[in-house]
Amino acid sequence: MKKIYAFESKCLGCGLCEVYCRAAHSKSKDIIKAHKRENITSAIVIEEILQPKAVSYFALQCRHCSDPKCIKACISGAMYKDEDGIVRNKKEKCVGCLSCVLVCPFGAVRKSADGKTVAKCDLCIDYGLPACVDNCPNEAIKLLDDKEAEALK
Amino acid sequence: MSLDLLTPSFEVIRDENKCIQCKVCSRQCANLVHRYDEEDNIMKADEIHCVNCHRCVAMCPTKALKIRKYPLEFRENANWTESAIKEIYIQSQTGGVLLASMGNPQPFPIYWDKMLLNASQVTNPSIDPLREPMETKVMIGRKPQKLEYGKNGKLLTKIAPQVELEIPIMFSAMSYGSISRNAHESLARAASELGICYNTGEGGLNKDFYKYGNNTIVQLASGRFGVHKEYLNAGAAIEIKIGQGAKPGIGGHLPGAKVDEDVSATRMIPVGSDAISPAPHHDIYSIEDLRQLIFSLKETTAYKKPVFVKIAAVHNAAAIASGIARAGADAIVIDGFRGGTGAAPARIRDNVGIPIELALASIDQRLREEGIRNEVSLIAAGSIRNSADVVKAIALGADAVYIASAAVIALGCHMCHSCSTGKCNWGIATQIPELVKRLNPDIMYKRLVNLITAWNHEIQEILGGMGINAIDSLRGNRLMLRGIGLNEKELEILGIKHAGE
Repeated sequence: MKKIYAFESKCLGCGLCEVYCRAAHSKSKDIIKAHKRENITSAIVIEEILQPKAVSYFALQCRHCSDPKCIKACISGAMYKDEDGIVRNKKEKCVGCLSCVLVCPFGAVRKSADGKTVAKCDLCIDYGLPACVDNCPNEAIKLLDDKEAEALK
Repeated sequence: MSLDLLTPSFEVIRDENKCIQCKVCSRQCANLVHRYDEEDNIMKADEIHCVNCHRCVAMCPTKALKIRKYPLEFRENANWTESAIKEIYIQSQTGGVLLASMGNPQPFPIYWDKMLLNASQVTNPSIDPLREPMETKVMIGRKPQKLEYGKNGKLLTKIAPQVELEIPIMFSAMSYGSISRNAHESLARAASELGICYNTGEGGLNKDFYKYGNNTIVQLASGRFGVHKEYLNAGAAIEIKIGQGAKPGIGGHLPGAKVDEDVSATRMIPVGSDAISPAPHHDIYSIEDLRQLIFSLKETTAYKKPVFVKIAAVHNAAAIASGIARAGADAIVIDGFRGGTGAAPARIRDNVGIPIELALASIDQRLREEGIRNEVSLIAAGSIRNSADVVKAIALGADAVYIASAAVIALGCHMCHSCSTGKCNWGIATQIPELVKRLNPDIMYKRLVNLITAWNHEIQEILGGMGINAIDSLRGNRLMLRGIGLNEKELEILGIKHAGE
């Protein structure tokens, strides 16, 4: 399956991926409305890595683990793996207990802004190409299968 | 600190209805113009630092930003203009030479725009380059007076080394140091893919780039940075830089801040030390001295590499070029006064040198008159902006052209004229790792390839229109040019007729 891979050497830490992620997961699908009227938590987050010489950035999002701890920890059955191997969260089942947030080894599941549910990457499966991949100005985020990712490492 | 008299040059206009406080602008501005005010939840701008590079405008996801000229009126005065006044404010504050970047921005005549091209009608058919072959390959180097063949038809004449260019365009000298490693890599990869050459500038050549050697021109300038035998043999040709169009008569200065470990190793100078190129080559005080250097380089490279000599277009360019040809150079590069630079004193950039169009025409004419035009190739540089400029340059007598400003614009340069600050927001003229990253060579080399490919298509179209099917048939073919709005003297120097003649 294809996953999102982030390339630290190319990441500028500009934060556009977060902006487009929020817009893609908004009701309006409009960047301005999504930010001004809807309170959305981005499923991708820029992590700052302090290196000896310079600040480096890394765009972190769900790794869609083969044996996801978040699914095991989920108390309401909201977290599930779909037939394509994508780990998803059914909002209507989620009770916001945040067990998944606690167990995720990557810190890739985040408490949503309203506190009622969680935000995590669904590869924009309902919208086409992931919004972060489509809009990264420096091609630092790519949608790749394991082989392609290995070749680029 | 006393009162600073300088006012902002640009105004940042932010549409609050569109701004979503995503802070992308503040993260992207190396000049620290934008900042987020948490208390009021708004973005603010410190406009005095804005250089109008458009990075924030291009990156803003909601297009909420506009940059305008700062709307502060000085009392109208055709003599004491705003820039004249501001320059005095700066100099009376700093006591220093005014630094500037890129090419001469003053409103001098642009002769490219005062020349028109010809096309075939009725009596000589035009050619469709999409259906018929069209040759744009050129060979740069010394050409023999005549060709001699043996009885079996075999060529007896020994041909001097040549550089083969698929398209008569090269990327001109920009040193690793003045531009970033990623910018350098983009130029090198694009040149390799296009079958043309890029130029190392005087900063030496990093070992990682030796693999692009067949498409590299290695430069040797007055500072002799990074010059050693292996370097001289690494490229397709060697260029001796005597002068540069943006700053004829003066040397170069790479600030120590730009000399990081990698640049230091490449230039063979200590980390953090200023790299100062003297104004003259201390071993060249005459044409005879130049000849010695040319032949030392030829000896070093076993006479396998053509040697170019680059000069700035100045008043006696034609006589100087004649001397260079006689000194044994294989090609002469003439850099006009609009040629760019990473840093030059503003007064020099704006007042010294002459237009490339006039220098090129007079040099080509002089070399023809002296019967030595075949001994050198001519390369024109100094603000070639598009394919029509290329065609006009070749019709005036150039074998090929060098482009650099156009190349960096393809890499994202917005001509903000702030290269000398070292804080290029587009990752071009900087060595700051966070900024260099912004120029992804995987993306940018393709933009360069696209640009040159597009120009090549246009060159072929223009040639076809003239009924010419090889760029060689256009070289020095000044009948294909007509002047418009030029006086007798200008037409005489350019060697062209006026439109309608």
